[in-house]
Amino acid sequence: MELSDHLFRREAGRMVAVLTRIFGVHNMALAEDVVQDAFCRAMDVWPFQGVPDNPSAWLMATAKRRAIDVLRREHTAQAFAPALSAALDEDGADPSILDACFETEAIVDDQLRMMFTCCHPRLPETSQVALMLNVLCGFSVAEVAHAFVETHTAVEKRIVRAKHVLASLRHVFDVDIEADVERRLPVVHRAIYLLFNHGYHGASPESAVRIELCQEAMRLIALLQVHPRMRTPATNALAALCCLHAARLPGRLDDAGAVHPLGAQDRTLWDRAMIKDGLELLDRSARGRMLTEYHVEAAIAAVHAEAPALAATDWVRIVELYDMLMAIRPSPVVALHRAIAIGERDGPEHGLAAIAAIERPDRLARYPFYSAALGELELRRGAANRAHTYFLDALSVARNETERQFFRQRIETVLSVGNPTIASPLPSPDR
Amino acid sequence: MSEFVFLYVNGEPPATPEQAQQMTQRWMTWMHELAESGHLKDRGVPLERTGKVVSGTTSKTVTDGPFAEKDIVSGFSLILAKDIDEAVECSLGCPIFSAGGAVEVRPVRQLTM
Repeated sequence: MELSDHLFRREAGRMVAVLTRIFGVHNMALAEDVVQDAFCRAMDVWPFQGVPDNPSAWLMATAKRRAIDVLRREHTAQAFAPALSAALDEDGADPSILDACFETEAIVDDQLRMMFTCCHPRLPETSQVALMLNVLCGFSVAEVAHAFVETHTAVEKRIVRAKHVLASLRHVFDVDIEADVERRLPVVHRAIYLLFNHGYHGASPESAVRIELCQEAMRLIALLQVHPRMRTPATNALAALCCLHAARLPGRLDDAGAVHPLGAQDRTLWDRAMIKDGLELLDRSARGRMLTEYHVEAAIAAVHAEAPALAATDWVRIVELYDMLMAIRPSPVVALHRAIAIGERDGPEHGLAAIAAIERPDRLARYPFYSAALGELELRRGAANRAHTYFLDALSVARNETERQFFRQRIETVLSVGNPTIASPLPSPDR
Repeated sequence: MSEFVFLYVNGEPPATPEQAQQMTQRWMTWMHELAESGHLKDRGVPLERTGKVVSGTTSKTVTDGPFAEKDIVSGFSLILAKDIDEAVECSLGCPIFSAGGAVEVRPVRQLTM
């Protein structure tokens, strides 16, 4: 019997969320111990008795039983969640008071509470994302470090420090207070967006795309979408954005792990069902007065998704959307992509001029697709020598083997052909 | 064919959910293969990691334990093999070794008149 991929990791997030609510956020370590114990029990028992019909329910029930043991043993010594402690003092640890905590809806709510708690404004964004992966997605410190291309020690410190901050809060975020949800939701969106982007454009050493991170981000959004207060236009826009990007992954990444830029992708490989979902979500996200960067980015992704070929893309619309994005959330990377779109709309000279107009281009010095964009545009207007230099620059700051391989190929193209008529892909990772 | 008991002596518990899942999967696969090859007479049972230790010749003392996470018997199975060498051979694929654990291979004593 094969367990489904990452089952334990997913269940870890659910169980930790529920148990942390029961034990109190200051006892998260205890919650994690109980979860670990449930996994050990599965490892001990399943080989002998077979995998239960519903492994998730089995694990959750095991965790519940252990939680009751812990409460019985320690409820006098430990301060648990205030409401629970009071109930325990009254009736001497009657396990039935926990029943309600383990109902399906309560489990979803606990995951949401945990998500909002992880996104506490006192934590830097990187900590919020790391914490969500660790606590809600069941990633170990090593797995988080691997995903972020950072050292184990650095990530461990960050997570420990973040958990320390959470512990000092004494209680988890209350998802029933509308004003609080409204204020915190954008922070949550941002953290999930970063998580998704990290997977999609990731700088992981062995792979430029970590589909797992994209999947986790989409799983977290799906949790937001079940809650009436959190299913906002911005949530739908973020969901649309992720869907429309993820739909292109089969064309973006080949079996050998090489990344193909948008222009070079086989569009028949794109996941049409997912594009349909994404477009529907985008449509739903428009029902409101709010326009977020997620709306605009999703709209850009939608234009690409609907174009039968790169040349048939509605570049006029794309440039408009990038203008909008620059107004809502300007960044040098957005400015670069706007310039590239202008290059597609008006020709390479205009693209180069738009790049030259980016303020403080030094901010893009470490971004390999800055030089690469210049290279592609130079190549298109026939300046093969300049293109060559720019691709070498891009190669020198490439962040992983996939990127290096891609830039080496572009250099070879320039050298062997030296011919600007060669079909050149969009000079960026697709956005 | 002779009968043997495998006593599974636990190693380090898995440190992450992903590791725990991999170990669980490997255990199940190994037991399945053992059964397929006809060497598994009885899967046996897993044991709780807690219990009581009773000792003393006349007056008995009862103590709690063992509570160790490591180096305790966490289960046993009944194995069929033609001799101890084959039984040992059967144990080699057990995932317990990668966690620093061990398998005790013990021949079942034959009852003779």
